[in-house]
Amino acid sequence: MSRTADMTITPRGLRLRPDDKPVVFAAGFVLLILLVGTGYTLYTQGSAPLLQPQYLVQQLQVGSFLGIVAAGLMVVILLGHIDLSVPWTLTAAAMMATAVGGPWAIPAGIAIGLLVGIVNGLGVAYLRVPSMIFTLGMNAVMRGLMVAHTGGFAPQTAATDLMQYLAVSRIGGVIPVALLVWLMVSVAVVMILTCTTLGRSIYAIGNRERAAYLSGIDTNRVILIAFALSGAAAGLAGVLLAGYSTKAYQGMGDAYLLPAIAAVVIGGTNILGGRGRYLGTLVGVILIVLLNSVLSIMQIPEAGRQIIYGCVIISMLLVYGRGARVNG
Amino acid sequence: MSDTVLPPAAVESRERPRRWGEGLSLRWRQHAGILGALALFFVLYLFYQVSHPRGLTGQILIQNANEVFALALVSMAQTVPVLMAGLDLSVGAVMTLVGCIASHLIDGSPGEIALGIAACITAGAACGFANGCVVVYGRIQPIIATLATSAIYMGIALILRPTPGGRVHEDLSWAVTSDLREFAATFDLFDDGEASWLQPFAWIPVPLILLALIILLIWVPFIRSVTGRTVYAIGSSESAAYMSGLPINRAKLAAFTLAGLFAGLGGLFLALQTSSGNADIPQAGAYTLNSIAAVVIGGTSLLGGTGSAVGSMIGAMVLRTISFNFRIFDVAPLLQPLFEGLVLLAAVSLGGLKLLRLKNKLEVFR
Repeated sequence: MSRTADMTITPRGLRLRPDDKPVVFAAGFVLLILLVGTGYTLYTQGSAPLLQPQYLVQQLQVGSFLGIVAAGLMVVILLGHIDLSVPWTLTAAAMMATAVGGPWAIPAGIAIGLLVGIVNGLGVAYLRVPSMIFTLGMNAVMRGLMVAHTGGFAPQTAATDLMQYLAVSRIGGVIPVALLVWLMVSVAVVMILTCTTLGRSIYAIGNRERAAYLSGIDTNRVILIAFALSGAAAGLAGVLLAGYSTKAYQGMGDAYLLPAIAAVVIGGTNILGGRGRYLGTLVGVILIVLLNSVLSIMQIPEAGRQIIYGCVIISMLLVYGRGARVNG
Repeated sequence: MSDTVLPPAAVESRERPRRWGEGLSLRWRQHAGILGALALFFVLYLFYQVSHPRGLTGQILIQNANEVFALALVSMAQTVPVLMAGLDLSVGAVMTLVGCIASHLIDGSPGEIALGIAACITAGAACGFANGCVVVYGRIQPIIATLATSAIYMGIALILRPTPGGRVHEDLSWAVTSDLREFAATFDLFDDGEASWLQPFAWIPVPLILLALIILLIWVPFIRSVTGRTVYAIGSSESAAYMSGLPINRAKLAAFTLAGLFAGLGGLFLALQTSSGNADIPQAGAYTLNSIAAVVIGGTSLLGGTGSAVGSMIGAMVLRTISFNFRIFDVAPLLQPLFEGLVLLAAVSLGGLKLLRLKNKLEVFR
């Protein structure tokens, strides 16, 4: 009921369509972050490193890990579900990839992610356990398996050369390969969401699963595939992150779940599912990464960063993420 | 429904026995979740006590009660928004923040301590009220609003306690974390706890009494009020509750405030138990996530509308008893997270069995 209300607004002149609003505001906020950061560095150091291409490309490279996680998570959130198993799916994929090594390292890592995603999908779609609690349980199980596997220490195995190439190298010394991987994942997600029946089914289920089922969509299968995609994306991010830091370590995925959710939501995706564009998620990821980077350049302590982080999410949503009033 | 052609007598004779039976089965269904969790708890705890090398002693009971208290209160806090089909991801952060405040304030003269306790409780409720304002007036989804506010509360906690530390009043700390006799002895009550009438109860751990008091004095009056009933009604159908003229905004504000209050009480106890404050982000996250698990084990539906904080308290006890058992059976600490996860998955997957009983496939979807 709340979602249809916004759809009826017709674009007039320069008026923003509701779906564009998050993208425009988030992009504007990205510029604001860059301006504030540049103002700070101009004042303290007399230079503007934030506006240099190297810095921006570096940020995009670091952001590509978060971007890949967020791309997968967005598919699940569009269903109206959530995947809390991301942290240890990512870590497990990284650890298994380095443990297997050789040419099979990357397929092994992604396969682990895919497997966790499929189990999540089975639990959520076929057993009808709320995704919040099932993926939470899977996260604990994966954590237990990995802690038991490694004995609680960082594994000694190193990332393969190919993993390091994908995460660290730059083509022609300029374009990071990780950025290209993120780009490919992004294109794949956009294609799935906009050009396939699977994508339309995902939006339909997010709006009203009962109606989607009655229109002949095999909703259980769609949910299963969406969770598998999210798991695979987390697995890929884990493989890349292991390549970036040359090895896997305990808790390497912990810092990715909440920022990924925040990026998806800041990008205008409805947390209840059914509405959202991938472009928004893309801008959301860039916003989160730049915010983190500028706050650390400004040497704001952890406490201040947490507060600013929370305030930014709330104020962005107050601008364009508000729900409709309940009116019967 | 009875405005049909049936004569009153016929209606009565047909309905009375059925209504009685229906009432019973309704009550049974309403409480099946809690009773199941209670049964699970008793089995696990009995198992723990039987296999404990020293058997059931007061000391072990006190220790167990102390370990349960904070999680029980955080889970009760989580229950209130979940009843409205929302979720509060800030309960762990509120607990941590109030714990950090307590580590600054709970010391000195009795008057200062009383003021400190009042300040801690107020701070918890204020955090919850702020959540409620963002959700009600900002109209932001609870899960994402509390995700953001939890970052803010953790930030404030980090300002208050950049490194773990602080101190709390030692007598008070000792009194609330031991049994009733010690509590009385510490404060020179009832002949130092030796009064003869007190002896049958003297073994009861103080945390358990506090839990019972919180449920009887805060939770029960709350759910019996119009505001409390409205919380349940919102969880069942917000638009129906609105159309019935129920005070929706007031109920939401009250629910989040109550959640903050419960989480704050949990943080206050944690500070007293550990005699310090610690702005530990992973710990806060773990409490939040465990609270969701405890709510589900306690029979509250994440879809809202049914459940109770009492169930969540029992759910928290079940979770803690599982780890007590690990200690007894000397399960390698490394394997504990694996078993905890498997137990959680098994417990929630049992709910999938109810799908087998559905007559209409459409009932699967919300």
